[in-house]
Amino acid sequence: MISQLSWKIGGQQGEGVESTDRIFSTALNRLGYYLYGYRHFSSRIKGGHTNNKIRISTNPIRAISDDLDILVAFDQESIDLNAKELRLGGVVVADAKFNPTIPDGIEARLFAVPITAMAEELGTSLMKNMVASGASWALLGLPLEVFNKAVEEEFGRKGAAIVEKNIEAVKRGAEFVLELAGGPLDEFKLDEADGKQKLFMIGNEAIGLGSIAAGCRLMAAYPITPASEIMEYLIKKLPKFGGTVVQTEDEIAAVTMAIGANYAGVRTMTASAGPGLSLMMEAIGLAGMTETPLVIVNTQRGGPSTGLPTKQEQSDLNAMVYGTHGEIPKIVIAPASIEDCFYDTIESFNLSEQYQVPVILMTDLQLSLGKQSCEPLDYGKIEIKRGKLVSDVPALEGHDLFKRYELTEDGISPRVLPGEKGGLHHVTGVEHDEVGRPSENALNRQSMMDKRLNKLNDMYIRDAIRVDAPHETPDLLTIGMGSTGGTIDEARRLLDEEGVTTNHVTIRQIHPFPTSLLMPYLQKAKKVIVIENNATAQLASQIKMNAGFAEKIKSLLKYDGNPFLPSDVHKACKELSLDGNIQRV
Amino acid sequence: MATFKEFRNNVKPNWCPGCGDFSIQAAIQRAAANVGLEPEQLAVISGIGCSGRISGYINAYGFHGIHGRVLPIAQGVKLANRELTVIASGGDGDGFAIGMGHTVHAIRRNLNVTYIVMDNQIYGLTKGQTSPRSAEGFKTKSTPEGSIESTLSPLEIAMSAGATFVAQSFSSDLKQLTSLIEQGIKHEGFSLINVFSPCVTFNKINTYDWFKENIVSLEQFPEYDPSNRVLAMNKIMETNGMLTGLIYQNTTRKSYEDLVTGFKHEGLAKQDMMITPEEFDKLVAEFR
Repeated sequence: MISQLSWKIGGQQGEGVESTDRIFSTALNRLGYYLYGYRHFSSRIKGGHTNNKIRISTNPIRAISDDLDILVAFDQESIDLNAKELRLGGVVVADAKFNPTIPDGIEARLFAVPITAMAEELGTSLMKNMVASGASWALLGLPLEVFNKAVEEEFGRKGAAIVEKNIEAVKRGAEFVLELAGGPLDEFKLDEADGKQKLFMIGNEAIGLGSIAAGCRLMAAYPITPASEIMEYLIKKLPKFGGTVVQTEDEIAAVTMAIGANYAGVRTMTASAGPGLSLMMEAIGLAGMTETPLVIVNTQRGGPSTGLPTKQEQSDLNAMVYGTHGEIPKIVIAPASIEDCFYDTIESFNLSEQYQVPVILMTDLQLSLGKQSCEPLDYGKIEIKRGKLVSDVPALEGHDLFKRYELTEDGISPRVLPGEKGGLHHVTGVEHDEVGRPSENALNRQSMMDKRLNKLNDMYIRDAIRVDAPHETPDLLTIGMGSTGGTIDEARRLLDEEGVTTNHVTIRQIHPFPTSLLMPYLQKAKKVIVIENNATAQLASQIKMNAGFAEKIKSLLKYDGNPFLPSDVHKACKELSLDGNIQRV
Repeated sequence: MATFKEFRNNVKPNWCPGCGDFSIQAAIQRAAANVGLEPEQLAVISGIGCSGRISGYINAYGFHGIHGRVLPIAQGVKLANRELTVIASGGDGDGFAIGMGHTVHAIRRNLNVTYIVMDNQIYGLTKGQTSPRSAEGFKTKSTPEGSIESTLSPLEIAMSAGATFVAQSFSSDLKQLTSLIEQGIKHEGFSLINVFSPCVTFNKINTYDWFKENIVSLEQFPEYDPSNRVLAMNKIMETNGMLTGLIYQNTTRKSYEDLVTGFKHEGLAKQDMMITPEEFDKLVAEFR
């Protein structure tokens, strides 16, 4: 019995790789296994190799694995590209149609199943996914009725005949492979899971769900990988809550529409990736200057320019922290799990209203699109905080205006919504006085700059840093952000077994940088390694700039488009702990 | 009920004496009073440029945004609270150069916003460069040998983008302009009102006298039918875009707000933000 294994399906884009993965993992989720998915895909619709990998475990997991137990291949290319990941004794289930072969030097068992032929026998090659997932399921020796129930739910809408055909496809795939293998494979027999269904979702869906919970009722956005799932989710859901999604002509329209709507009182967000974020920069300054709440989700992908649109990277940090001309207050939050994506979205909306500043919620492609198990989300933790939003204010006298930008001790001024009788005021991106009228007065300018820029002094989000520090003075302090936490944890377990002691900090508040919270951990560590998916060590630069310790901070950087593997991190940490020199991945 | 005086404030516009924008400001104030608005029911969203300052000169809710983005901001305001009357305003550079993409799409989207363009055929605030509305051969600081690009026709573009309300006026004709703004506000959908607003400092060609000579008022054609799209397009072309009045109105097409599924008449901004535990459970259940 084993506690975890890894499964991968590969083929040409558009031939059912996604759906095979979906049905297989949905059924596993029914049994209560923890799952963590990774999609390898290209920026095209049909054709081109694509693969989906899932890790299945009886314990919580938050990382892909280095190796692979079962590879399902719709074509020879999928075997050639992925067989090297197979561990000794791994299995390939391949379509007999292309006379599959295992590359030289790789020891794996091959089961050639007539996947396409069986599907076509049942009427359509579309059912390849059912044959393939049925075969996978059977090899694991899992109960077929659970799988069939998932199939019923997937196809129930399409009628009993379709359900039956798909179940038959599953059965044929299962029977054929069992015949070849002589029954379920003992070495892949998973321990029983806890039977509790987990939530199973991608980060983008958790952000969409979080935004509805936060009271967001409008979204203005322009399609882009890997952010589009957020708008696609919300356009399905928001009309039920009276709201809608506007697909705008570009990202500039998206962000300025969101600013207009937030000004008028509806929580509104936009979501994009690097290229869109670049287009939004001027408007981010407008939100900062006019103290208009705004939430932008930036799902990072490989940059610069069009870069690697479907690949993992964390290289927009500088753009998010420093972006827009001039100086404004701004919050940048980095969720590090699916649960974070949900709760941080709610917090982003709250902070943007409490501090009247733009908030950028940054994910990375792996967090946005990697489907994974999620702990139950707690309705009780949903809170809507609108800060100094006021209504029913006293009537104005003569030409008086409401002091929308009143100089206050904490720099945050009362805010009214248009429509309020006593609330008339002016809003402008030009430097302005307390009622919002343009002013070039030097004293006013200085007061207004100070007011805005001091609003975020001592502002900390929930878990601004998340710490796992079992050691007083560890050999190594690992630091990461976004989706890399699970991978780093796995590497740390290996290091621990080898006697290298580590503490770990996940930075969740990227800006303003939580220097004072991080300081004690930096001080106590003998060496520090900052792990990030970019080429210029942007997070490490923030740490060095804000906290110092440049001499003991090293970087592990990966910018080939792929997420870190536990082995990448383990190797680098080992090298650093031994001689202090590490190679870039 | 508010009179036009209640839409005035005590800010002295920084426009040059004689600028056409003064009359447009007055027309907006009169139209707002004439349709029965109170100052707090009106939001004036403006762009950047001389004309963009207008949101600060009208006693109402005003939002002075960034260059070229007046329409997305205005549409956001309207989506958030459709009970507000939203007037967007800016210059020809704002709307037809940097913001042209938004203008075309705002027209297509057809939200209930009135867009008043103060068209002076030149860049005033940056002190005299060519605009997309400048005539070919027009000499400016940026076109010392005369503009070699063709003049953009906002009316034709609006018509071909599917506009439901297209009007044009001249800042000196306060009566016509006020009436057109009133009609634009009442129109259920997006209304474009292009207003010739002479720049007395930098445009020595398209002067008040020049406009008086060249304008063709639709009042001359009592039989003109503004619901006829082909006729409207022909008239625009026949007059080389110099006609004034209500050129086209489609009263049958619904506004964007009315076409959005489930969009309530009460402003979204006033609706309950918190979802119920039952609604939450239902949303979460999809991920099991």
